[in-house]
Order: sequence, then structure tokens, then C-alpha cells
Amino acid sequence: MCTMIVRQIAIEGSGTGPAGWFDVRQADVSYDHPFHAPQEHALNIDFVNEAEGPGARVAVELTAASARALIQAMQAVLAEAERGGHVAPAAVPAAARQP
Amino acid sequence: MYRTDVYEGMLAETVTMPGAGGDVINAYLARPLGPGPVPGIVVIHHAPGWDEWYREATRRFAHHGYAALSPNLYFRDGHGSPEDVAAKVRASGGCPDDQVMGDLEGALRVLRALPYVNGKVGVFGTCSGGRYAFLAACRLRGFDAAVDCWGGRVVMSGEELTPKQPVAPIDYTRDLSCPLLGLFGEEDTGPTPEQVARHERELQKYGKAYEFHRYPGAGHGFFYYHRPAYRQQQAVDGWAKVFAFLEKHLGG
Repeated sequence: MCTMIVRQIAIEGSGTGPAGWFDVRQADVSYDHPFHAPQEHALNIDFVNEAEGPGARVAVELTAASARALIQAMQAVLAEAERGGHVAPAAVPAAARQP
Repeated sequence: MYRTDVYEGMLAETVTMPGAGGDVINAYLARPLGPGPVPGIVVIHHAPGWDEWYREATRRFAHHGYAALSPNLYFRDGHGSPEDVAAKVRASGGCPDDQVMGDLEGALRVLRALPYVNGKVGVFGTCSGGRYAFLAACRLRGFDAAVDCWGGRVVMSGEELTPKQPVAPIDYTRDLSCPLLGLFGEEDTGPTPEQVARHERELQKYGKAYEFHRYPGAGHGFFYYHRPAYRQQQAVDGWAKVFAFLEKHLGG
């Protein structure tokens, strides 16, 4: 079904799509129907820049287990970077909001 | 149908039509060539968008003798690949029910105004489109048959209601204005078999004309040949039931 489970967060970074690199301004995170992954539902992340239109999108569709592993890997990498003095601790760019 | 000794032709093209609030939106129209008369059907795309499968489904209805019109419910959300546009709509929590009803009423009026339509118009949808098909059959007047294929969120808890979906469709059941066909997979998680049973009890409560068919071994979206959810036998039988139901109620 369409779960309508979705969060949008403001982010800063760059992504590359069919038209090349663009500034990503928002991440849309949902657990809903994927377009391509062979599951009924997937953890979908769309890195987008709405000001540049629907095509400014970098998409991934992950199994729940993969998404959890990704979160752990990202946390571990950031923690190591913090320990090495490469990044300021706990720099969360924006609070998650629900549409 | 499928005779080898008769002429067959089809016109399929993008058109524009009036939608909710007087907005002009685009739509895909497919119809058999010839003067008619033929029945009409509004084809409501699913949450993954106004995509290739829905183009094919629209032409399939035309192949079976219907003037089929599929409005782009995501027109207002920008243009690009169907997936990119649908992803944007997914992130925003979907379309407002009221807006969709306005678009579907516009499609209904377009079909009724066509000189080759026989005066009968149905509505068909899968997934969120199935939900909208049922909702339209309850909230709008003028449909003669409705087909809801595994529409989720017909039964909704209070916590699931949103400003865009402020009323659970099941609560409109008493207003259902035409016969309803429902096709569901017994392994679907939305609608669950329990939700389908609850909807059926509501239809019975109000004495509505309906047919519900539940398919063992099928989950959500078992018509979608491009997805792992496809179930060949159930899909073939389901399509046969769709066309038998529409022929019964819309003629042809």
C-alpha cells in the first residue's frame, strides 16, 4: 500500500544525476513503494533541489536492513572523524519535519 | 473482439482537460477509431505516477472498446520523468483528496461530452488510484461502474487522517452511487484482508451492489508485470473480471 511514511529534512551538499552535479538542498526519506527495488516497500532517499525541478534528484531505494546498516556506517564514520578532529561534533543541519 | 477479419484502429494521444479549481491539466486519451458509440472510462494512475504502465492500461481499455481518459493527477507538481515527479509527490504526502476529486469530475465531464461516448462512464484505478476510484464513486455523481484494485487507505484510523486525506473513504460508503468491483490480494498488507472484510461489511450494511474477489498467492499490485509482485494467473483472471464487470454495467 501507499504508506505515506515520509520525512523531509533540509541538507547541504552536492549530488550528481543525469545532468551532472547540482546542489542538494533537501533529503526526502520515505518507507513506501520503490520504483525499482524488488520489494513492495523500501527505505527511499531522494536527494533533491526543488528549485531546479523534479529532475534534480539522486535516488536510492534500500532494504530496511541495508538502511539500518547505512545509518550505523555513517555514524561510525562521523564518530571516527570527530575523534580525529576532522569534524565538529553533533552538527545536525536541520530538524526533521513532517509534511 | 480479437477477430481476424475486422478492421481495428486506435487513437491515443496527450490532451488537456479542465481539472479541479478550473486548472487545465494534461491527460492521456485512448479510444477506438470509428463513430461509436462506446462507453467511457476514467483511468486513475497509481502512486508511482502517470507512468508507462498507465499509458498501456489506458490503451488496453481502448483496445477493449472504451474511450479511456487518464488524467495526470501530478500535473501541478512539475514535469520530468514520471518517477521524478512521483517522488516529489511522495515526499509531500500525496495529493489532496479534494483536488483529485475535482480532476476526476473534470475527466468524467469530458468523457460525457464526447460525441462517440454512449452515455455510460466508469472509473478504474489501482493502488492509490483504486482508493480514488471508490472515493469518486461515492463523492461524485455520474459514474456508472467503479473498479477498485487493491486500494489502500480506504479504511483509515484516526491517526492516519491528514489535512490532505481528512476523511476515510469507507465513511462515504453510504453515498456509493454505482456498482463496485474490488480486486484484492490475500497477502496484501494494505489493504489487509481484515480491512477488505470491514469494507465489505460496510457495503452490505448499506445494501450496495458490489463484487469483491480475493486472490490467494497475490499481494499488492499483482497486475504489474514489471514488478516482482506480478502474479500471472491472478492478473489474467483479474483483467477478465474487470472487462466482464464493465461490459455488464457500461455496455459496449
